[in-house]
Amino acid sequence: MEKLLAPGHRACAGCSMPTVINLVLDAAGPNTIVATPTGCIEVTTTPYPESAWRVPWIHSLFENAAAVASGIEAALNHFGKNHNVFVIAGDGSTLDIGMGCISGMFDRGHNVKYVCYDNEAYMNTGVQRSSSTPPCTSTTTTPSGKVSFGNPRPKKDMPAIAVAHRVPYVATASVAYPVDLRRKVKRAISIPGPAYIQVNAPCITGWSFEAGTTVEIARLAVETCLWPLYEYVNGELAGVKKIHVKRPVEDYLKAQGRYRHLFRMKGGDEMIRVLQQMADENARKFGLLYEGDVTCTSGE
Amino acid sequence: MIAKEEMSLKERMARMKVVEGSYAVAHAVKCCAPDVISAYPITPQTHIVEHLSQFVADGELDSEFLTVDSEFSAMSSLVGASAAGARCYSSTTSQGLALMWEVLYNAAGMRLPIVMTVANRALSAPLNIWNDQQDSVGARDSGWIQLYAEDVQEAADAIPQAYKIAEDPEILTPVMVCMDGFILTHVYEPVELMSAEEVERFLPPYRPEHILDPNNPKTFGAFADPSYFTELRYMQWDAHRRALNKIETVAREFAEQFGRWYGGLIDTYHADDAEVMIVTMGSVIGTIKDCIDMMRSEGLKVGLVKIRSYRPFPTEALRKALKDAEVVAVIEKDVTVGNEGALLTDLKAALYNTPARVPVIGFPAGLGGRDITVRDIRRVVDKAIAARDRGIEAEMEFLSLREDLL
Ligand SMILES: Cc1ncc(C[n+]2csc(CCOP(=O)(O)OP(=O)(O)O)c2C)c(N)n1
Ligand code: SF4
Repeated sequence: MEKLLAPGHRACAGCSMPTVINLVLDAAGPNTIVATPTGCIEVTTTPYPESAWRVPWIHSLFENAAAVASGIEAALNHFGKNHNVFVIAGDGSTLDIGMGCISGMFDRGHNVKYVCYDNEAYMNTGVQRSSSTPPCTSTTTTPSGKVSFGNPRPKKDMPAIAVAHRVPYVATASVAYPVDLRRKVKRAISIPGPAYIQVNAPCITGWSFEAGTTVEIARLAVETCLWPLYEYVNGELAGVKKIHVKRPVEDYLKAQGRYRHLFRMKGGDEMIRVLQQMADENARKFGLLYEGDVTCTSGE
Repeated sequence: MIAKEEMSLKERMARMKVVEGSYAVAHAVKCCAPDVISAYPITPQTHIVEHLSQFVADGELDSEFLTVDSEFSAMSSLVGASAAGARCYSSTTSQGLALMWEVLYNAAGMRLPIVMTVANRALSAPLNIWNDQQDSVGARDSGWIQLYAEDVQEAADAIPQAYKIAEDPEILTPVMVCMDGFILTHVYEPVELMSAEEVERFLPPYRPEHILDPNNPKTFGAFADPSYFTELRYMQWDAHRRALNKIETVAREFAEQFGRWYGGLIDTYHADDAEVMIVTMGSVIGTIKDCIDMMRSEGLKVGLVKIRSYRPFPTEALRKALKDAEVVAVIEKDVTVGNEGALLTDLKAALYNTPARVPVIGFPAGLGGRDITVRDIRRVVDKAIAARDRGIEAEMEFLSLREDLL
């Protein structure tokens, strides 16, 4: 099948975001309209007069994609047309500046499927912290420094916020698990009303990892339990992706420039322990491990 | 007056109903049958959306009514709905309009023919819910066409005209219909209510050429680098230039069918032989007309130019209307802090490259809802005559400042 996102976009080599779009569009099919806020996705796919989109697509502003999609859905309703309406958006536009519009869209119950590709910072403006940036991450507005381990705050729990809005389908996903992501998109479409899917989407520029390891990095996020894969249907935890071999968080952190300082600074090991506790807490909270599961302690 | 289907006065009186200004506007919107309405309550605009909600609840209006979380979302959702091919309506004022600012430019730049009523109100701080026109005047460069109404009937009648202008494939530009808050939104006046059938004959159905449609996928809102941006702005600018004619034509078509004429880009009152000309916009025109009647009976040759279209700015029409004036006084309900009234600057600029070097002076007035009285207007005319006879003393002066508070 022809890809609904044409090849030839201008994202950085090794960026996971085009893969996320392709997986979402593959699952949603051509009967789909996409709204997108400002961010890497917009500037890399639509330099006028060109466009990589083979489905109807609209960008308006940085913070209003959910409201724009609400309007599209309302118009389609009025005309009795039946197309999938998607938002595909970065974490900054979703968890921060777009929060009001998203909350409104969830609250009004629009049949809009919202996919956030979470690269854990504002990449388009040069890697600044977002409220989705994990603790101890070095970004350009929360740099590590002599007296700083980087971002001091925990990651905002957007899926929980979506669940609290009684969004009927809420899930996390990862580019490293394409079958799982496709299935979740299809499931989101099958359930009427709003849906929210947050996809872990490594950014080679902002995370600084070796070219060619994008998917590996994403898989490590899942295998360390830093990025649990789960889905909520009607407010109930309806499924988790279990982990066979739980990896220590060091494996994930070591592979990325944005955590390099943790291995160099005095007290960095303490910070790594805190991150490990977060991963362990995820494993416990979502039941990510099989009984008698192996927890690796070494690098491999 | 151009009125083909003109009815007898008796017939028209029979059609008149005493209604609230907001009701008259909501009724006109209903007759235009918008597909999607999205708005957020703010005084003094609230009654308009409440009336519309009631029409929807009563099954009289088949529209999607979005009860959004903010004015920002209201205009954003209409961007989406309009791009999906819907006829769209919103209304707001003051802080609500300010919250929409970013989206105003966006809607205009994407050439989406949204129509919105602005129930003009002062901008905070200090917080003030009463009427002036600082809000819409502040949005004058957003790319929206701006029409200003003198009375309730005009505000209501401007709605179908606004759609006809906005949706014209040659124009494709959103239109703001501005009416003075409270003074027009909350007043009860006899109004001739149009019918949906009449509006249907006047306003063609909206058939956009470019929409979000999976059967013919298009990209809306791409980013444009320096090699394209200027031309896209030029096209917007050019659409406004075309709108100069379109606004006139549509006003004439409206008058022909409905028998009601408010002027095209501008209107005049006792302008032909006037030595002193007042230029203004909005509801204060009623008071000024009464005042002119009084002054005329005393032999003072005073006339009025009413700005109906502030954007596009009616430069040519104003040059023509003011070419024989001996002095021009601008009364406006806004002020550019750091300079002068916005209309004063615009008007002076319009007259600059003409042979006529008529003195122009300006008066910010009625700010934050202060009444503009007959005595105020009298004072303006006195000052204008003094400027003519003895030269300009102050190019701009706040009207009737309370010296005790300064
Ligand atoms: C109102 C507003 N504020 C700031 C910006 C600048 N801006 C554009 S994109 C962006 C960050 C985008 O981050 P994110 O949503 O995470 O997407 P990414 O670029 O990481 O894919 C910012 C801050 C803007 N366009 N509009
Ligand atoms: S900066 Fe990051 S998210 Fe943006 S295109 Fe490059 S790799 Fe992708």
